[in-house]
Amino acid sequence: MNEQQQSLLDFMRQQSDKLLSQTLEHIGLTFISLLLAVMIGLPLGILIARKKQLSGSVLGFAGVLQTIPSIALLGFMIPLLGIGPKPAIVALLLYALLPIIRNTYTGITGVDVSIKEAAVAMGMSKWQILKQVELPLAMPVILAGIRTATVINVGVATLASYIAAGGLGEFIFGGISLNNTNMILAGAIPAALLAIVFDFLLSLIQKMNFRKVRLGVYALPVITLLLASFYFIPSAYGGKLTAGFTPEFMGRQDGNLGLRDRYGLKIHTIVISDAVMYKAAYEKELDVISGYSTDGRLKAYDLVVLDDDKHIFPPYYAAPIVSEVALKKFPELERTLNMLSGTITDSIMTELNYRTDYLHQSPERVAKEFLESKNLYKPARNGKAGIVRIGSKIFGEQYILANMYAMLIRGYTNYDVSTKTGLGGTKICFDALTNNQIDFYPEYTGTGLLAILQAQPQTVNKLMSDKERTYNFVKAEFNKRYNIKWLTPIGFNNAYALMMRRKQAQELNVRTISELKNHTNTN
Amino acid sequence: MIKADNLSKHFGAIKAVDKVSFEVTEGETMVLLGTSGCGKTTTLKMLNRLIEPTSGTISINGRDVASRQPEELRRGIGYVLQNNGLFPHYTVAQNIAVVPNLLKWDRAKTQKRTTELMEKLHLSVQYLNAYPNELSGGQQQRVGLARALVADAPVLLMDEPFGALDNVTRTKIHAEFKALDELKRKTIIMVTHDVQEAFALGDRIVIMDKGRIVQQGTPQELLFTPANDFVKDFLKEQHLQLELRSVKLTDIWPGLTDTGRKTHTDLLSADENMWTALEGFKFTQHDNINIINQHTREIKSVGFEALMSAYYQYKKQPHHE
Repeated sequence: MNEQQQSLLDFMRQQSDKLLSQTLEHIGLTFISLLLAVMIGLPLGILIARKKQLSGSVLGFAGVLQTIPSIALLGFMIPLLGIGPKPAIVALLLYALLPIIRNTYTGITGVDVSIKEAAVAMGMSKWQILKQVELPLAMPVILAGIRTATVINVGVATLASYIAAGGLGEFIFGGISLNNTNMILAGAIPAALLAIVFDFLLSLIQKMNFRKVRLGVYALPVITLLLASFYFIPSAYGGKLTAGFTPEFMGRQDGNLGLRDRYGLKIHTIVISDAVMYKAAYEKELDVISGYSTDGRLKAYDLVVLDDDKHIFPPYYAAPIVSEVALKKFPELERTLNMLSGTITDSIMTELNYRTDYLHQSPERVAKEFLESKNLYKPARNGKAGIVRIGSKIFGEQYILANMYAMLIRGYTNYDVSTKTGLGGTKICFDALTNNQIDFYPEYTGTGLLAILQAQPQTVNKLMSDKERTYNFVKAEFNKRYNIKWLTPIGFNNAYALMMRRKQAQELNVRTISELKNHTNTN
Repeated sequence: MIKADNLSKHFGAIKAVDKVSFEVTEGETMVLLGTSGCGKTTTLKMLNRLIEPTSGTISINGRDVASRQPEELRRGIGYVLQNNGLFPHYTVAQNIAVVPNLLKWDRAKTQKRTTELMEKLHLSVQYLNAYPNELSGGQQQRVGLARALVADAPVLLMDEPFGALDNVTRTKIHAEFKALDELKRKTIIMVTHDVQEAFALGDRIVIMDKGRIVQQGTPQELLFTPANDFVKDFLKEQHLQLELRSVKLTDIWPGLTDTGRKTHTDLLSADENMWTALEGFKFTQHDNINIINQHTREIKSVGFEALMSAYYQYKKQPHHE
């Protein structure tokens, strides 16, 4: 435990400049959207307090916005506003809207009728009543709404890193996909602290008596504006080309770190989720992206892979990894899973991925049709000799593989199958396997070497160029450390790759990563 | 001064106020009296346009209120609410200064006027920086009154102004209310459901029921010549007390027989009413009281029997105005 804390502090110290800029971005995102939400929500709340017949529809609409899952809302924003801060701010703003509108409405309609009547009877105009009576009296309730909105925003802003808007989510999601607990904590702890601190500060303002509230109310927009401006501090970039890398890629030696060390590539980089990266490249929001060499979208969006001429990307041959417990429990399992080995090449995998990711065929159909074409498909026997639990990570290729394995097991053995697909990143899948939540899932040699075993750079460099040695190394280590067996590789190599739009690569005459480096460093 | 002509207010099918007409002369206190739901408050609120009438007209000093800008009209009419309606986020001083600020008085003038009113209303100036919730109910009501009086508007509307107070405080405030010189030159329309309050404060009383006026007149007129059974029943419970309160000693002066035995020097003014005179007997050890009539410069010393016989003699007369 102590060691863990020590190394977390070490990590934070090492990454302090990144941590600072992410925290500032996070605060900035939260408060830009909060400021806009107040600017929209407050007048709307006042309006529906005046015209009550509008209140149902306005509050209903804001309520519906609130129920949209945050990832989905961010996804909706991309076709409209692209990637980066704009869609993130709009999405955050929409989340913050409901508590602000509702509390403004409740606060104003909750002002004692006799007090309002007194104000009218003394000859105050509607504007004077609003400014001098209704708003000050509703202020504690309105502030409670702003407080809720702030805490929501701090939380949702972590997801902004999915669409390249930065913030502490870069560490959190990078950490999850890299199986790096320190990195997750380095993002999660400051995010939690921000929520607690802002909540506390706003609660202080809320509890002040009426007279001081007026002062606080004047100070609040100024402070909010100040905090909002944090977002723009770290964004001093140069260069013409923009790269979009996944959080996982950003923190890996065989990713962005290697690109810098081995190639000396300096390029304006933003962090973005794998889900939207290819589309963003296609739509010219990004020029260079970190993809997977078998990704179907490579074909769909007409992208080309840049040649890794200095060999920084280790081989990522896929193979099922199974716990020894499961192999004992299901004696026929290993033979069945190995039926797939050697059948799928890079180009076949890209084609299969293209069919699920781009043509939106179901992974089940793609799996079945492939097995049929190889004469491997057999109808299910509906056996009752136990249930094999299959896991998969949250992307198309893993879904296809999981479906193929399920069909093979059902067709060739008397076992039944339960699939736990969509287990997020490597860490979640691997933890599920070691904790006996699943029996096996398809893993990649490179991931095993770097993300799970976290091999030393010397070891990695030694193994890098040879796929056999890499496989043998991870197989031996997994067996020793985790009691998990690597079965025979399936055949394809789903390695990391840098890719660009075919047309742009031809125009710039860039075919390898070295050429890309030469291009960016001379511009 | 204030004239309402055929005033009606309908809420859908309900006629809250139905063809009400009355006139209030300058300096008069008129009380709108009735049970809850009789339309008295609605009538009051139409006067400063808190509620717009369905039909009928109101004029103040000959000007139709409908033709005036509502905010400007209201700044010239004081208004006191049942639950005082003080702004909880304003201090006492700020509450009183609301209308002066709307009228753009300079600060010194507002301050001077506030201090003056605080004194007249028996409020210590130390409360100026207190918030309403730090005051007692009676004090809050006085601040409400001060707020309505500060701009010295000639007309004052009062909606159950003492309704939220306990009996002891209310009686005390009634007495102060009558003694306050600020109020003597004002035209006041007050709404109440309290019969005693109406008789204690009103120069004229308008009894309302189901949106209509049942009877209007001086307290004596209502007591001694009720228009119908409704008025009679309405006043029945407190009839004796009201009657005794409404008859002044000067009214029965001719029928009083002087015993001539002035055994003590306590004097009671003949401007007081019968009720007070009878209370005088309760608190004195003597069997007679001395009454001084300032108008005729006479003093009569009377016993209890003599007083009562003069009263009954007065009541038997056909007219009592």
